[in-house]
Amino acid sequence: MNDMTLLERSVEQTEIKISAQDVQVWYGEKHAIKDVNVDLLDKTVTAFIGPSGCGKSTFLRCLNRMNDTIESCRVGGRIALDGEDIYDRRVDPVQLRARVGMVFQKPNPFPKSIYDNVAYGPRIHGLARNRAELDEIVEKSLRGAALWNEVKDRLGEPGTGLSGGQQQRLCIARAVATQPEVLLMDEPCSALDPIATSQVEELIDQLRAEFSVVIVTHSMQQAARVSQKTAFFHLGNLVEYGNTDDIFTNPRDPRTESYISGRIG
Amino acid sequence: MSDATIEGAPRATQPKSSLLVADPHTRRRHAAEARFRAYGLGAIVISMVMLVVLLFTILTGGIGAFRQTYLEIPVTLEDAQLDKNGNRDPADLRKVLTLTYGKLLQQSLEKVVADKGIAIADLSAKDLSGLISKEAPARLRDQVLANPDLIGQTITARVLVNGRIDGYYKGRVTMDSALRDANTSPAQLQLADALKAQGMLATKWNWSFLTSPDASDQRPEAAGVGIAILGSLYMMLVVLVLAVPIGVAASIYLEEFAPKNRWTDIIEVNISNLAAVPSIVFGILGLAAFINFGGLPQSAPIVGGLVLTLMTLPTIIIATRAALKAVPPSIRDAALGVGASRMQSVFHHVLPLAMPGILTGTIIGMAQALGETAPLLLIGMVAFVKNFPSAPPEGLFEPASALPVQVYNWTQRADPAFIERASGAIIVLLVFLLCMNVLAILLRRRFERRW
Repeated sequence: MNDMTLLERSVEQTEIKISAQDVQVWYGEKHAIKDVNVDLLDKTVTAFIGPSGCGKSTFLRCLNRMNDTIESCRVGGRIALDGEDIYDRRVDPVQLRARVGMVFQKPNPFPKSIYDNVAYGPRIHGLARNRAELDEIVEKSLRGAALWNEVKDRLGEPGTGLSGGQQQRLCIARAVATQPEVLLMDEPCSALDPIATSQVEELIDQLRAEFSVVIVTHSMQQAARVSQKTAFFHLGNLVEYGNTDDIFTNPRDPRTESYISGRIG
Repeated sequence: MSDATIEGAPRATQPKSSLLVADPHTRRRHAAEARFRAYGLGAIVISMVMLVVLLFTILTGGIGAFRQTYLEIPVTLEDAQLDKNGNRDPADLRKVLTLTYGKLLQQSLEKVVADKGIAIADLSAKDLSGLISKEAPARLRDQVLANPDLIGQTITARVLVNGRIDGYYKGRVTMDSALRDANTSPAQLQLADALKAQGMLATKWNWSFLTSPDASDQRPEAAGVGIAILGSLYMMLVVLVLAVPIGVAASIYLEEFAPKNRWTDIIEVNISNLAAVPSIVFGILGLAAFINFGGLPQSAPIVGGLVLTLMTLPTIIIATRAALKAVPPSIRDAALGVGASRMQSVFHHVLPLAMPGILTGTIIGMAQALGETAPLLLIGMVAFVKNFPSAPPEGLFEPASALPVQVYNWTQRADPAFIERASGAIIVLLVFLLCMNVLAILLRRRFERRW
């Protein structure tokens, strides 16, 4: 199955969405990310793989400045979204996060109704002029997250009452509803069972049509299945970045080869 | 494979023990568990017994305060005595002193005794007049001043009787104790019994305990907690208006926005320390800051409220911060992740989730403030207050009492009738506290949400 998806994979996009140059991250004294240079393409799924603690989640959180909430965290280097430095003093991280959405490892719906969960982002950003427009956004987002048919009759019920997989898709719908340009996913399937995982993976593949998706994953099979580009992190360094087929079939770096063949990790 | 053979060797030498028979180690463990349970159960039984004893003594001692003995006799309010000019001029009516009304009541009682043919040996004139409370003429006068049309009519006056007579019907005073008592005599008690037989004297439900102001040492029968309840309510109002917004705002800032550095650490430690400062110290602070320096009046609910606010703030801040801390960070991440600002994430998501905890903490803090006595003594709320304060906001600056202080005050008085009054005031205080705790539980239930 893996081989089949690898065969039909091709990267048509060449437009750079996010460009990172010499990114450094420190947690207090700890140098967590060292000299990362990477260009993430538009309308492409990019997977970050690597052993635990290698900095892939940290780097992901740099891309929408979620690291700002961590007191001891310092970021150096330059990360540009569409050519604009997101760490510029004039940038409001809130505005940035509206354009770079995020889905977290653990499904974290708000303890509100399903409808309110999805409608929250559009509401605070003023994306809908009236109730009908809001309804439309909610339906479109829930359809986009392949959840509409399951919840259309109970939009008023609390989002926390859904199953784990449904909750995660609700979180994806919530992120999609703000109409971001980039969607960051931090191990979105780690708390899900295989069926829910495959649903979310299908979803990611569909989302590629509209967004640039960056996904952190521990599962190399998942990276191989859903991504076109893969970046391998190790001990805070970006070891190798390239087309997913190349990384998995013909890694250049011995560390990458060891990791994907299961010798380090 | 090899492990199995190594383990297999010593096992063969050991006799196989039955699961149905406890080995010595298990028996010791069971005994320890049983002992621990017994200790716990014992602790609970002891505290429950203490609670029952406490409630029983307070209730048996204080329930009497809610019943009061009244004498109902016909009183003719004669023009000649009360309104010599006959023009019902309020200024003239006001010139008639309580003394006149006292005489009027005394004459009416004498007349009733004579009419009904009640004859009691050794009944002195002092015994007869002493049956009526010293407070009764004042109340009759107030009644007449409020409604001058009563003059000239014969009304059935509801007259408070002396505290000793009241105590006689509540079992506090007996014929034996009356013999040794300068304030009453067996003849007076017999007179009361005779009047009771005529249906003129009865012990009834006593609303005036909840509505009347405090009374002097000689008139325990007239003393009530009206001003104390009002004063306590005014103070709670001040605490609610000041402590809740300040406390919640301070905790939200410290918990969600403040940078974590040495300054916030110092502030945090100091808030925790403030919660442990004895309440009397806050009283001295209030005396120095609000009365001596700020020039606010003594005995005023505003000062009491301010002192209690200072005292309650640490409790509210600590409870609110704990409630905010208990909200999982994933909710904050989720809100920030969809592009909410810090403030939006706090006010839309974190605060509603922390609400039950905040409300509970706030109400518990206010209940604590309601029962606080020591700081109020220092700012003069222990003063004898006879006039009701007016409605807020002016009333906040007028002298008032407070429930716990009233209890303290009454326990200092000589007349045993005040013990009953003090217990009654404690019951009122406990009812208020109970209501607040029930409210805290209801609000918690109402707002509680799962995530």
